[in-house]
Amino acid sequence: MNKLANKTYTYYFLLPAGIVYFVFFLLPTIMSLFFSMTWWTLTDWEFIGLENFKTFLSEPSLNIGFKNTLIYAVVTSGLKVILGLLLGVYLSSKLKTVGFIRSMIFFPTLLSTIAVGIAFTMMMHPSQGIINIVLSGLGIVGPDWLGDTDIALLSVALVDVWKGVGMATVIFIAGIMSIPQDYYEALKIDGGNAWHNFKSIIIPLSRPAMNTVIILSFIGGLRSFDLIWTMTKGGPGFSTDLIASIIYKQYQAGFFGLSTAGNVILFILVSALAFPLYSYLNKKEVDL
Amino acid sequence: MSKVILGDYKANPIIDKKSKTKTGKKLWNIFIECFGVLATLAIFGIPFYFVVINAFKNTQESSLLNMKWPSSFHLMENIQEVITARDGMIIRAFFNSAMITGLSIILLIILGAAAGYVLQRKVTKVTPFFNFLLLAGLIIPPAVVPTIWVLQEIGLFKTLPGIVLIEVALNLPFTIILYRGFMVTIPRSLDEAALIDGCGRFRLFFNIILPLLKPVSATVIVLTAVSVYNDFVNPLYFFPGAENATLQLTLYNFMSMYITKWNLLFTNVLLISIPPLILFIIFNKKIVAGMTAGSVK
Repeated sequence: MNKLANKTYTYYFLLPAGIVYFVFFLLPTIMSLFFSMTWWTLTDWEFIGLENFKTFLSEPSLNIGFKNTLIYAVVTSGLKVILGLLLGVYLSSKLKTVGFIRSMIFFPTLLSTIAVGIAFTMMMHPSQGIINIVLSGLGIVGPDWLGDTDIALLSVALVDVWKGVGMATVIFIAGIMSIPQDYYEALKIDGGNAWHNFKSIIIPLSRPAMNTVIILSFIGGLRSFDLIWTMTKGGPGFSTDLIASIIYKQYQAGFFGLSTAGNVILFILVSALAFPLYSYLNKKEVDL
Repeated sequence: MSKVILGDYKANPIIDKKSKTKTGKKLWNIFIECFGVLATLAIFGIPFYFVVINAFKNTQESSLLNMKWPSSFHLMENIQEVITARDGMIIRAFFNSAMITGLSIILLIILGAAAGYVLQRKVTKVTPFFNFLLLAGLIIPPAVVPTIWVLQEIGLFKTLPGIVLIEVALNLPFTIILYRGFMVTIPRSLDEAALIDGCGRFRLFFNIILPLLKPVSATVIVLTAVSVYNDFVNPLYFFPGAENATLQLTLYNFMSMYITKWNLLFTNVLLISIPPLILFIIFNKKIVAGMTAGSVK
């Protein structure tokens, strides 16, 4: 049967998928390593070594992207993990309104980022936006959410969390609900309370769900582009520029080599953080 | 997985058993429920309401950006104006988006199922290499300008087939992982029985395996529909030009065009959100199950 199986499950089945993957993803990725070291006009190129990378790292309007991208990824993924876990615990209870709340929280996941970005840009308007109107009703002077260089990045990050927390929540719900009831009963016999349930059962046993949320939202945060582009276009100044938005700006300006260098930098940054994180979290999972 | 989410589940006892007396427990539950519903309405309901109510207003009232009830309703006029703007650009965009989404789904199902099937059935020395490629496809951000260069070289830049193939390439890794995961549940003895009966290897896949993969194919349809329909970045780079607008690109362009006519902008946001809403109402549980599939073992 083995020989027959070998013939039956031929790698020819992989060929169509492999060709599309290679031509439209892998090949450009490999080419980017070369073109990032050139001065490039798409039809013509000139090899200039590591010049593009030097420019990228020395120019303040470009290297601000590192700091912003890291802040954005850490803030969005951190909040999604914490809020997703708490909402997951809340929504995996036996309350009657769970279905309604879960639907409301999850629906933004399916909306387009552009639509969400537009709605929140309007709501965050410094004088007319409803967020600040509500705040002033409470006697608080609301900030200029998207116009203040100190908080603009965090404002966009909050909108990202608003849109994405539903996804984190349903992953946590799935993880929490797959925990066998026996654990809770054992803890009850030992006299444990709700806090013990949370700390000693839910947190350690929903670990696979937590790892998934961490990895998905962290990688998503590092690669993020559409929301920041809709809401601030990297401004005011360069205060909310992410690496992905810098890549687009350089592409628009016709600096194809520099744009590609940005791509390679993002590629290195994401791989350097995501692959180790992935194997670290997977290892921890085995230890349990 | 879907069973777990659909309700036949074991709840965690954190919230339910707070108080020891019966009435105390009831009151506590009512309080918790009210709090949850109110908080959800404030945080998630208000933005939805804000968009909808402003799409009903005329330009003057919507420029105030408030949530007051409109003095008169203008939704139909607004829709008409949005649809006829720029010679019915939104209609063309809708057609483009539908084509891109539909073709991507078909290709992803065929290519993804074939690859997932072989990758699960055949384990060899090169399997780790394929696994690495799948992981790389999930993690690595696509290189923009080199992709444009490749598309230009083969004459697919700014074309519908070009953007479809890009969407397929970028969504393939996750699709293959979904199919590979589901293949485990289809017994090999089935393949063997078919082979013994004289079934060829292509007929085995297309006539026997592929129909059995229907549940995953449904998941792939829903997930691809959401991600390709809502995609902004790839059409922005690889499908530019006024003729080639997709719905997300039109919405983005209208943002600067309607800088003073916010009612029209909100109408556009509302129109574009209708397809996901319909999908959500019909496939709510399927979507949740699909999105969490494979993520929690």
